[in-house]
Amino acid sequence: MRDVQLESEMIYFDNAATSWPKPPGVAEAMVHFLNDVGANPGRAAHRRAIKAGRIVYEAREAVANLFHAPDPLRVVFGANVTEALNLALLGYLVPGDHVITSSMEHNSMMRPLRALEREGVELTVVPCSPEGTLDLADVEAAIRANTVMVALNHASNVVGTLLPVAGAGQLAREHDLLLLVDAAQTGGAYPIDVQGENIDLLAFTGHKSLGGPMGTGGLVVGERVDVARLDPLKRGGTGSNSEREEQPDFLPDMCESGTPNAVGLAGLGAGVRWVREQGVAAIRAHEVSLTQALIDGLGDIAGVTVYGSLDAHRQTATVSFNIDAKSPSEVGLRLDDEYAILCRVGLHCAPAAHKTIGTFPEGTVRFGLSAFNTQEEVETALAAVAELAEEVK
Amino acid sequence: MPGSRYVVILIYSTSHAIRAEKILHRAGIASKLIPVPRHLSSDCGVCLRIDPSDAEAAEEALEEAGMEIEGMHAI
Repeated sequence: MRDVQLESEMIYFDNAATSWPKPPGVAEAMVHFLNDVGANPGRAAHRRAIKAGRIVYEAREAVANLFHAPDPLRVVFGANVTEALNLALLGYLVPGDHVITSSMEHNSMMRPLRALEREGVELTVVPCSPEGTLDLADVEAAIRANTVMVALNHASNVVGTLLPVAGAGQLAREHDLLLLVDAAQTGGAYPIDVQGENIDLLAFTGHKSLGGPMGTGGLVVGERVDVARLDPLKRGGTGSNSEREEQPDFLPDMCESGTPNAVGLAGLGAGVRWVREQGVAAIRAHEVSLTQALIDGLGDIAGVTVYGSLDAHRQTATVSFNIDAKSPSEVGLRLDDEYAILCRVGLHCAPAAHKTIGTFPEGTVRFGLSAFNTQEEVETALAAVAELAEEVK
Repeated sequence: MPGSRYVVILIYSTSHAIRAEKILHRAGIASKLIPVPRHLSSDCGVCLRIDPSDAEAAEEALEEAGMEIEGMHAI
């Protein structure tokens, strides 16, 4: 039995969960904040507080620019995409409203929606194809008189399949609905234009393809969203309107109570600046090339089933597969122990998606690639999977 | 606002103030972020201090950028 222990030989293919390594400059920006800035942004007017405030603002501006959002002050920061989705869903929908989602959603979308359903919000889950694709005609057919929102992931965290968000945005405009997009798997890895694609609410996470640390994320709130209707998840100190005991009614403060994760946001700002320097198009081209090599290579191995569209242009750099007659957990453990290939196995927090692609309850082996992976790593991983698949014969 | 030493622009939050500072900078107007003077507001935040001769241009630049302000005061 092989036993690979060398860190230098390790292949990190779990970027769909969180990216590693982080871009150059991210850790440095965080160390700089801790050692040389340190103050609470937006809570005082001394030089360090203003410096901290500027760093947080620069991160806000970088995110707004990346997603083509016109106003950085409508970028609300929070802990992660889960918090952003909870803000958009729990904060906006009220009993009697109808919301449409897809059967490819992560639990960060599905669980708040199911909770709202118990409180009287009507929910339609539009089924996707086994490849994870969504037919917009099915979305349109689900629209009712009381529909207020279409809520979709941009790409599946299980098979990477992209959903047609621009088409959904157009549909939402035609029917005067809001479009909420979960960009956890695409932000920084795939072009997003909230204005061009009519995305009213864009939930993003900082720690995946945006290159930031864990504990960062947020919600981009479009001009069509009635902010007066948006109920904050929490209330408290904001450093603004301090004479009043009521929560401020303007963005971003109304949704950002409490001291922010400024250290993390310093890192996120550096990560997003790196993404913008590289260019999302260049990152995307690299990932498409790796993804297609991975899909084709896995498809050539006898006894391996690959899920999803099988077309790198129609998905992110996340590929799910199984070795027939081997459980995903066994494959994951052996890839780690014997080949130092780090990936995720199982249900990936998305039971509905697994039911859609036909891998519930066993799940899949998931390789999540990033801008930092290489063709050599893909080839090494393919050889490892081929060795494991060979044993089954 | 002739005769006063400075003009301060009151603004909703630190994030707004930093955005306003950048808008003014692009318009060639120097500004400084300072604590809000107590007699103008009990807010704990910051405001922008500019030269009185820049007041009109500042107001225009902020309006053009769609930046709402709480008020302008000579101090």
